[in-house]
Amino acid sequence: MSEAPILNPQETEESVGRVRSVLRVAVPPTLVFLVIVLIWYGITFFVLEPDRRFLLPPPHGLVQEGILDLQTLAEIGGGLYRTTTVSLLGLAIAFALGFSMALVMSQAKWIERSLYPWAVVCQTVPILAIVPLLGFWFGFGLMSRVIVCVIIALFPIVINSLTGLQSVEPKLHDLLTLHKANRWTRAFRLQVPAARPLIFTGLRTSAGLSVIGAIVGDFFFGRGQPGLGILLDRYSRRLKSEELLTAVIAACLLGVVVFWIFGVIGRRAVGHWDPSWADERQKQ
Amino acid sequence: METVISFSNVTKYFGTTHALDPITLSIRKGEFVSLVGPSGCGKSTVLRLGSGLIEASSGSVARSSDNIGYIFQEPTLMPWRTVEQNVRFLGELDGMSREESKRRTSEVLALVGLEEFRKHYPLALSGGMMMRTSIARSLLLDPELFLFDEPFGALDQISRARLNAELTGLFADRRFAALFVTHSVDEAVFLATRLLVMSKRPGRIVAQFEIPYSFPRDPSIKYEPEFAVLAGQVAAALAEAS
Repeated sequence: MSEAPILNPQETEESVGRVRSVLRVAVPPTLVFLVIVLIWYGITFFVLEPDRRFLLPPPHGLVQEGILDLQTLAEIGGGLYRTTTVSLLGLAIAFALGFSMALVMSQAKWIERSLYPWAVVCQTVPILAIVPLLGFWFGFGLMSRVIVCVIIALFPIVINSLTGLQSVEPKLHDLLTLHKANRWTRAFRLQVPAARPLIFTGLRTSAGLSVIGAIVGDFFFGRGQPGLGILLDRYSRRLKSEELLTAVIAACLLGVVVFWIFGVIGRRAVGHWDPSWADERQKQ
Repeated sequence: METVISFSNVTKYFGTTHALDPITLSIRKGEFVSLVGPSGCGKSTVLRLGSGLIEASSGSVARSSDNIGYIFQEPTLMPWRTVEQNVRFLGELDGMSREESKRRTSEVLALVGLEEFRKHYPLALSGGMMMRTSIARSLLLDPELFLFDEPFGALDQISRARLNAELTGLFADRRFAALFVTHSVDEAVFLATRLLVMSKRPGRIVAQFEIPYSFPRDPSIKYEPEFAVLAGQVAAALAEAS
């Protein structure tokens, strides 16, 4: 194959393709957003009587009170920052712990059988039920909030990593056996690289859960500087509905952004060889 | 020529399943032995025993070297590695030096005609190219013994014929010892210097044919009358064994 002498036409085509694919991804949800805003206005002005309108203030009210009011904005921004910190810290610990667990479990059936039920317990424990206990043990500060995140984010990482580590084609194991590879080589040259797509899937799921964990933890351990959970609680008690809704939207956005960022990381890391992470455009 | 691998009175049971009746077989350097037989007769078991992946229930397998190229039914590539990284892999395991690995990788990629695709990931390759990569990976360490477990079964007819012809070229060049398992009588005759027919389970060798053609072989020999006669005899032996 010869190199094309002029690159520009291709590049233009490429960028047109990119714009098109961005539009294809962005336009439908934007339309849905507009519809939601319309319905929202409809409910505020046509369903609610004026004296009950505080239950659902109009969207522009949110912009005025929650975003253009600098003090509220700083408050919510600070809460967002602290919640993000807690959830990322929790996610990092859950990843270190969960991946190590999966790695150890993948090395022997008896270890898998010993640990698996406890990973399931982590998943099924009603988090709200043990939150008071955590506060009792670890205090009502950062530590307890991070622990809530870890508990909530651990399971998807363990399960996805383990499935990934065990997903290696048996014949590839045979190949390493033929070449007398030791356990270490097998784990780090074969199993871990093969597991990466599922590890990223687990991370993405857990990142979202970790945000939820941070907000739930915050809600209960309301000491120190407020995160989003505390703000949500505070605003609802004071019937500050504009601020409350702004904080809710901030929390949703945080979840979406975290999910999106881990999606981008996964696509960058393994999208060039793993079909499930491949670029949307390549799939078409 | 020296004997590279020999099976003497090798049997295999899986639990209570009697997979192999005593098999005695030796392959010398420069011999290409095809093994055909009905499905489930234990052809792949012979390969696994030969490679040492499994142990014989009785009898013994002796090899002159542990340097084996095992070509599986599927290409068995690492999807996260490019073609050349896949080819390099066994060199990395065996502690081959960087320069040598680089030189050998280029060499074997040229042999299988994949230089252009060295930076491609398996995801982007056709079945035939994946199989070529798999063969190149085995060639890297220049094995004395090749074990083929029906490697071209999943390919289309055209790729299969081409890879068969290329394999006879490689064999002419390297003169390794090979044991090639297949379902296809045509393929078995085309590739082999010697052809063995196995019976249904418990498998044993029931017929043997010498194939006279020289290497490398041209696909056109398949349409010669002598080839047809040989293939007919093999097919008859196979039908009797099934």
